[in-house]
Amino acid sequence: MDAQGIDRSLARIAHAILEKYGGVQDVAIIGVRTRGVFLAKRLRDIMTLVENREIPLGVLDITLYRDDLTKMRKKPLMAKTEIPFSIDGKRLMLIDDVLFTGRTVRAAMDALIDFGRPRSIGLAVLVDRGHRELPIHADFVGLRIPSTFEDDVVVRLSEYDGVDEVIVMKTSKVKKR
Amino acid sequence: MLIRNGRLIDPSRKLDVIGDVLIIDGKIAAIGTNLGKRSANRFSARLKGATARRASVQEIDAEGLIVAPGFIDIHTHLREPGFEYKETVQTGAAAAVAGGFCAVACMANTAPVNDNAGICSFIKEQALKANLARVYPIAAISVGIKGEQLTDFSDLLAAGAVAFSDDGKPLSNPALMRRALEYASSLGATIISHCEDLELAAGGVANEGFTATILGLRGSPMLAEDLLVAREIMLAESLDARVHIAHLSSARALRMVREAKRRRVKVSAEATPHHLFLGEEALLGYDTNTKVNPPLRGVADVQALREGLGDGTIDCIASDHAPHSSIEKDVEFDYAASGMVGLETTVGLALRLVEEGILDWKTLVAKLSCNPARVLNIPGGTLKVGVEADLTLLDPRLEWVVDKEKFHSKGRNTPFQGWCLRGKAVMTIVGGAIKFVDESIR
Amino acid sequence: MKLAAKDLLGIREMSVAEIELILDTAESFLEISTRDIKKVPTLRGKTIINFFFEASTRTRTSFEIAGKRLSADTINISASTSALIKGETLLDTAKNLEAMNPDIVVIRHSAAGAPHSIAKRIKQGVINAGDGAHEHPTQALLDMMTIRQKKGALAGLKVAIVGDIAHSRVARSNIYGLTKMGAHITLGAPATMMPMGIAQMGVNISYSLEEAITDADVVMMLRVQLERQNRHTFPSLREYASRYCLNTHNIKNAKEDVLIMHPGPLNKGVEIAADIADSPQSVILEQVTNGVALRMAVLYLLMGGGDDAN
Repeated sequence: MDAQGIDRSLARIAHAILEKYGGVQDVAIIGVRTRGVFLAKRLRDIMTLVENREIPLGVLDITLYRDDLTKMRKKPLMAKTEIPFSIDGKRLMLIDDVLFTGRTVRAAMDALIDFGRPRSIGLAVLVDRGHRELPIHADFVGLRIPSTFEDDVVVRLSEYDGVDEVIVMKTSKVKKR
Repeated sequence: MLIRNGRLIDPSRKLDVIGDVLIIDGKIAAIGTNLGKRSANRFSARLKGATARRASVQEIDAEGLIVAPGFIDIHTHLREPGFEYKETVQTGAAAAVAGGFCAVACMANTAPVNDNAGICSFIKEQALKANLARVYPIAAISVGIKGEQLTDFSDLLAAGAVAFSDDGKPLSNPALMRRALEYASSLGATIISHCEDLELAAGGVANEGFTATILGLRGSPMLAEDLLVAREIMLAESLDARVHIAHLSSARALRMVREAKRRRVKVSAEATPHHLFLGEEALLGYDTNTKVNPPLRGVADVQALREGLGDGTIDCIASDHAPHSSIEKDVEFDYAASGMVGLETTVGLALRLVEEGILDWKTLVAKLSCNPARVLNIPGGTLKVGVEADLTLLDPRLEWVVDKEKFHSKGRNTPFQGWCLRGKAVMTIVGGAIKFVDESIR
Repeated sequence: MKLAAKDLLGIREMSVAEIELILDTAESFLEISTRDIKKVPTLRGKTIINFFFEASTRTRTSFEIAGKRLSADTINISASTSALIKGETLLDTAKNLEAMNPDIVVIRHSAAGAPHSIAKRIKQGVINAGDGAHEHPTQALLDMMTIRQKKGALAGLKVAIVGDIAHSRVARSNIYGLTKMGAHITLGAPATMMPMGIAQMGVNISYSLEEAITDADVVMMLRVQLERQNRHTFPSLREYASRYCLNTHNIKNAKEDVLIMHPGPLNKGVEIAADIADSPQSVILEQVTNGVALRMAVLYLLMGGGDDAN
């Protein structure tokens, strides 16, 4: 997918979210670090433009909720979680770049439950590459990419990587699960 | 016994020659070159008179070895009676001969303290039973080493004590030390002083300096040692008495001893191998085997001590052998007992001083043999015809690694574990009997 | 990113990169303590043993809260309540600890070097919560975190540390940490409380409070007690206070926006005047808040083992 393709997908997703919720009443967007945050900001901007209303935006770092953490000697770099509003009763839309095994989303949901009691949690992703290990599904998907487990599906965003693109790097090497 | 072709070094007779030593009935019978078996039998026959028969002579090939008058360690702690779990006279004597020492002098801080003839005799008896190194007890200056009342010097000398010291603790009361020096002097005995002002030391566990600051350890200033060394010198000078300074470690104290000697004050001093090789940085890492009293000092002090050895300010090298068990050592640095074992590493380390050019062979032998005998006024320190045959044989080229698991001492508290040394005592002969042979020449 | 060793024993051996990693991670942990549910499941099922040979409610509570907020099980052992008798060798103590199979051990001890000796003998990570006069690394780290929060960067700042430097592990750890990070330190204390050779650590010395805090961006006051072992170092607390107590008068020597810090507990009237301790310049309470986040960061970074994940 190229930059234009990403923009089109995001536009579609934004409108789909608005359609689902019938507007933005009690809606809040939570971006999952790292790239989910930029996607969330872009979605929020589109939605704000359309509805002409402020939509609360939060940033979630799920590092501390990962299930593989204490087995790692090298800890992943942590960043701050900033959710500057109460999530009680809100209809939350989680945004992430790639949906793969589903573990990141599970961790994100665990984190959100610790913050309060949202009315509902939905999930929007730019890319769904399959290979779910948990019963997680996205409500809105930009692009479904078939891949093998060993492939690398990479999303690059101009805010972070300098360019907008989605690429798949096929590998013949067998990577450890 | 005939010891052949060794390098005989005897500073007392200005001897440094390749030769033989003939030992008959535990005494040195002859020293010379090419003393063949025939000469041996001739001497033997002459000495044994009419009933002489052909004696069998044990021959020892000492080629490449140095033959010295038996080494004497004038500062050891043998822990018996009272602390037998740390060491006994027997294990200490075994460690002594394994380390090349024919004789040791042992300090009085046992339990009960060696402040009476009974304990003194007991220690001598244990040594006789062990039948290894000679043991000369050093009796306490004050009863119970409490620093309040003098012991019965004359009685103790009769029971076999050779000198007096409250080592382990200082004798803080100057008036009492004055009387001790006066009295000992009149008896011809030496007082050995552990110089440490307790108030200044204030419970310090390391040398007061940058290393102690980094480690967060309470420091004991060198002042604590210097002050008492100054006191002992002044007392000795004004009373014309003899005093021996134990385990000298401070450069300033060394200077004072040097100047006092120039003024002909009767002061002598000893230094330990650890103070000649290790500085306070050895404490980094909190190894309790480096905890000792007086503490390891600074680089300048180690250097000064080495110079002091070379110019004669320091008369003896003594181990201050202080065995402790893991109960005392395997604890926090603050709580660990002070001291390290040394009987089995002292000679090896002293030989390294020769290697490094700090000492020549004659001086080395003097520091370990002649001078200790002189300080304590005990026999030994010479290869003269007629004296008891106490001999230490050294192999100056034998390379070995310090392995505390092989120690004969019960103590394992050494900071020299793993050190590669060149030169070792390989045979120790006491009274003409071989008490130790190193595995390298079995 | 990881810390070099399995233990956190002192600042002196740490690299600038490690210090920065800990401070950055700690920033991210701050927010958790403001939530309604002050817990994350990160160290769920892990066991932390707080082994406090030396009494300390403050530091121990901070470590306990930190561990619990990470969902770990925290166990407190103090010298008085433990079955470990005094005089037991360090090796036995370490073996006992190891046999309980904790994941991390936090040790505070009055004897310098005790945490090191234990860390050498057990496979678990050891955090030094203060050993004698040697180091108190988590205190220095939370101090640096606090300064960084308020002043931006540590490099180039003028920091004054005043008090009984000779007996202070907080002073030593801060000296190592702050000088590594590029700050300039001046120590203020009477001569009897300055440790030997301290200038070799790259700090300035002053025997006057006013001089020490001149133009300082940060003033750190240390608690002064004249206990039995250092009773000779100063005549009396009253005399000490008259010359070394930070008050509204002498604080004027420092910069106007100076930060006032103290590791606690305070001796109001001895080393710091009450109104200074409670002034807006004082960040003493922030230090406590940061302390929990900092200790959470340290526990998080040291916990775990096994293979690196991809």
